[in-house]
Amino acid sequence: MTIKPPVEDFATDWDHTDPQWVQDPYPIWEDLRQRCPVAHTERFGGGWFPATHEGVSMVAKDTENFTSRTVVVGNGRPDDDALPAPIGVAPPITSDPPFHAIARRIMLPALAPGPVNELEPQVRALCRRLLDNLGDHEIINGGMDYAQYIPPTVIQQLLGFPAEDEETFREFVHVIMEGVDHPEEERIEEFAPIEEYLRVQIEDHREHPRDDFTNYLLNAEIEGNKLQDEHIAGTIILTLVAGIDTTWSAIGAALWHLASHPDDLARLVNEPDLMPVAIEEFLRFYAPVTMARLVKHDMEYLGCPMKEDDWLLLGFPAANRDPAVFKDADKFIIDRVENRHVAFGLGIHRCAGSNLARMELRVAIEEFIARHPRFELADPSDVTWAPGQVRGPRNLPIRILR
Amino acid sequence: MKVTIDADLCQGQGRCFSIAPNLFGFDELGNGVVIGDGILTEGTLEQARLAQSNCPEHAIFIEEDR
Ligand code: HEM
Ligand code: SF4
Repeated sequence: MTIKPPVEDFATDWDHTDPQWVQDPYPIWEDLRQRCPVAHTERFGGGWFPATHEGVSMVAKDTENFTSRTVVVGNGRPDDDALPAPIGVAPPITSDPPFHAIARRIMLPALAPGPVNELEPQVRALCRRLLDNLGDHEIINGGMDYAQYIPPTVIQQLLGFPAEDEETFREFVHVIMEGVDHPEEERIEEFAPIEEYLRVQIEDHREHPRDDFTNYLLNAEIEGNKLQDEHIAGTIILTLVAGIDTTWSAIGAALWHLASHPDDLARLVNEPDLMPVAIEEFLRFYAPVTMARLVKHDMEYLGCPMKEDDWLLLGFPAANRDPAVFKDADKFIIDRVENRHVAFGLGIHRCAGSNLARMELRVAIEEFIARHPRFELADPSDVTWAPGQVRGPRNLPIRILR
Repeated sequence: MKVTIDADLCQGQGRCFSIAPNLFGFDELGNGVVIGDGILTEGTLEQARLAQSNCPEHAIFIEEDR
């Protein structure tokens, strides 16, 4: 890995992997909003970053001028042999219209509120089991021993994979998340056991149908044709890529907030009716997910001379802190009733898993504070935040107060 | 007074039916739908406004009587 020089001015040289941005991006965005508001960089082969809600929502809704062909900023652009838009490598997230709607429509019914609500008792039981396992230790790791355990197992339950495979499945999730940007050959090798496992599970679901996401995909049709097994496996992998570190980051950030704001923790414990509103404020204030687009053609946009294949870093978390849209945007207000936040994106790519993510976040926090109504950060300086486009605490030592 | 959802704008963000489940439901895809004829009373207007002010897609409209 080459060592990059530290950023001196984020307006002309932004880098979302710079330690300053990773540790605390909010003052950087506020500064950009006041004096820019669209930042530029020559890094990653060139790119732009609008720091306002207005800029973010314009781009999110504009599929004429921007493509979702790739949504993760890196040094290269996607290879020519990768499936081009509109279909893309991981439909629907990397698809453009008109194909996007077809791929999205297939997933939505299985992630709609009805099926998601049915999973709630299982998620609650999972959270309780994790808390049981942590026992009465004084210090527990709210990230690695709690938040990070929940989403993989929930997706495993959604898919209807055997409960006894929990550890194997968590291992696969780890390989997939570490391997997303590995070179093609390495990835094929790393993914082989996963594909074999999925093949066996899909076959088992075909022979023994039941009511879960896997059988739902087996029954789904595009224009009268059943999906091929590779399409089904690809869709399953997408739920793993899109639904796991996103959600554990949201759970971790909410725990971090409560551990460092005793007043908010006490209110939430004493006023459980606040939970739905509080969840939306956690999502606004600590929105974990930043996406990206590629500029489709040379153009003047948001007052900037954009070039074909420039990156456009789509900062939903920055939009959520824009004082033009949110009163006291930089304050966490646990009972904020008007909250038009965009943590799940905007427009046609709006998070397909948002119902599931909200339920996981709510249940995880409800169960944690029911078991441990008082807790604090064991050592604030020990907390680490994940770099990159999904932001949340990884190491999160919490001291349980009795 | 009447509340409507513009189906072209709605992306199924699900805020309306969690805030005002008596006014809004969801379809098979999880997109928001108005329950019944959407006629609002003094009592439900405020809830409809609250849902409107939380919809990230600006997809909820309220037609006020004058
Ligand atoms: C708190 C947790 C989560 C957050 C903050 C989040 C955020 C997002 C955002 C911002 C997008 C928009 C992408 C874009 O505009 O390019 C997105 C898309 C997506 N998310 Fe999530 N997500 C979360 C959890 C989940 C879960 C649990 C699942 C699945 C089970 C999921 C599945 C998807 C899928 C399939 C898409 C692509 C939708 C499309 O392109 O039409 N997400 N997510
Ligand atoms: S809140 Fe808005 S986008 Fe969401 S379901 Fe309701 S109308 Fe649709």
